[in-house]
Amino acid sequence: MIQSVETHATIAEAQRAMGADAIYMAGGTLVMRDVNAGVTATRIVRSSDPVLADIRLSGDGVTIGAGVTMAMIAVHRDLTFLAPVARSVGGPQIRNMATVGGNLFAPHPYGDFAVAMLALGARVSVAGQSAAPRPIADVLRERGRIGLVASVQVPRPQAPADFGFLKASRIKPKGVSVLSIAAYLPRQGGRIRGARVAFGAMGPMPLQASAVERVLDGQSLDAATITRAAQVAVEGLDPPTDPLATTWYRREVAGVHLKRLLERMARG
Amino acid sequence: MAKTPIVFVLNGAERASFAEPGQNLLEFLRRGVGDLSPKYGCGQGTCGACTVTIDGQTHLACLTLAESVTGRRVQTAAGLATGATLHPLQEAFMENFAAQCGYCTPGMLISAKALLDRNPNPSREEVVEAISGNICRCTGYEPIIEAILAAAKGRARA
Repeated sequence: MIQSVETHATIAEAQRAMGADAIYMAGGTLVMRDVNAGVTATRIVRSSDPVLADIRLSGDGVTIGAGVTMAMIAVHRDLTFLAPVARSVGGPQIRNMATVGGNLFAPHPYGDFAVAMLALGARVSVAGQSAAPRPIADVLRERGRIGLVASVQVPRPQAPADFGFLKASRIKPKGVSVLSIAAYLPRQGGRIRGARVAFGAMGPMPLQASAVERVLDGQSLDAATITRAAQVAVEGLDPPTDPLATTWYRREVAGVHLKRLLERMARG
Repeated sequence: MAKTPIVFVLNGAERASFAEPGQNLLEFLRRGVGDLSPKYGCGQGTCGACTVTIDGQTHLACLTLAESVTGRRVQTAAGLATGATLHPLQEAFMENFAAQCGYCTPGMLISAKALLDRNPNPSREEVVEAISGNICRCTGYEPIIEAILAAAKGRARA
């Protein structure tokens, strides 16, 4: 049961205030559920640090504060490639509340924005650490132990068609993921160079589809390549059974949805 | 446990009350302030029955920490009517039979008002999107969509 709520002026101070008895609250869409159920820590730690709401463009990348909401991403004129991802998260009320930082910690089957971050190869800055930002794959593996996220550095695709996102859900327009897929396929001379593909709701956390990436790398995005990629879609993934879908179903449809996404990206 | 004084603006009037540590805005409004218009549905951010606006943006009161509204403007369905005169959206909901059991209606009205405040002439798709975070288990949504479109076109009886 919560006994105190602390609001700190900086995210670094909030990090120092954390402890085994504390839980950090950003938008509240995940943490407040536990607070309502009485199954969480005794202290809520928050931060009013304005830097958390910053979106800073720099060259071919963008640094997004951990407190930036999905609604802010959805309407930002320089983040149009991420707008479909942000709009796929929850309904309008959730998008006004849910944050980029919080999405990295969202348990299955949530965390669609983190799937896009993984596919884009984002790097994560941890509060109070002067070390270089960490690869998001490491952060996702160690979430719960890494500390508070201050910001996420995201490469911006040179061509809009290089990035694609698909979310399969049972309810539209708002619905939880049966699965989600994000693909970042930079192309040089018509060939894919450095493919990154990530799946959501296909494991305990967003997972990179290394087998798919190996099939795509160095190829053009033609029908034969797409078919081969779809055939290896579930390699290395560990889809769970939940009320939305069984493990069997998720494995069956992963390749189908990957094929649809890649065909859409091939059309440009 | 020490309670926290919360001073905020509710439906245009400054209000003050005490919040328990960790209390959500829905409980704070209903038990602390006495505004019973936001409804407790799921308590998990799924149904939208507790929708309010905070500084003009729709939020789910059940997932909002009460302390976070300090100094901010909160609007609930209780503030839509002016005296005995209903808001045009409320009139349109009546005219179009958009409420059956009525439990979702306060949240629907607030989502609709937030939409019309920023987009006075929405398309049908924009209406559907705006209420996509609000669940109704009676009407099948069509009368609600028609009511919001009617209110936007000024066809309500107001």
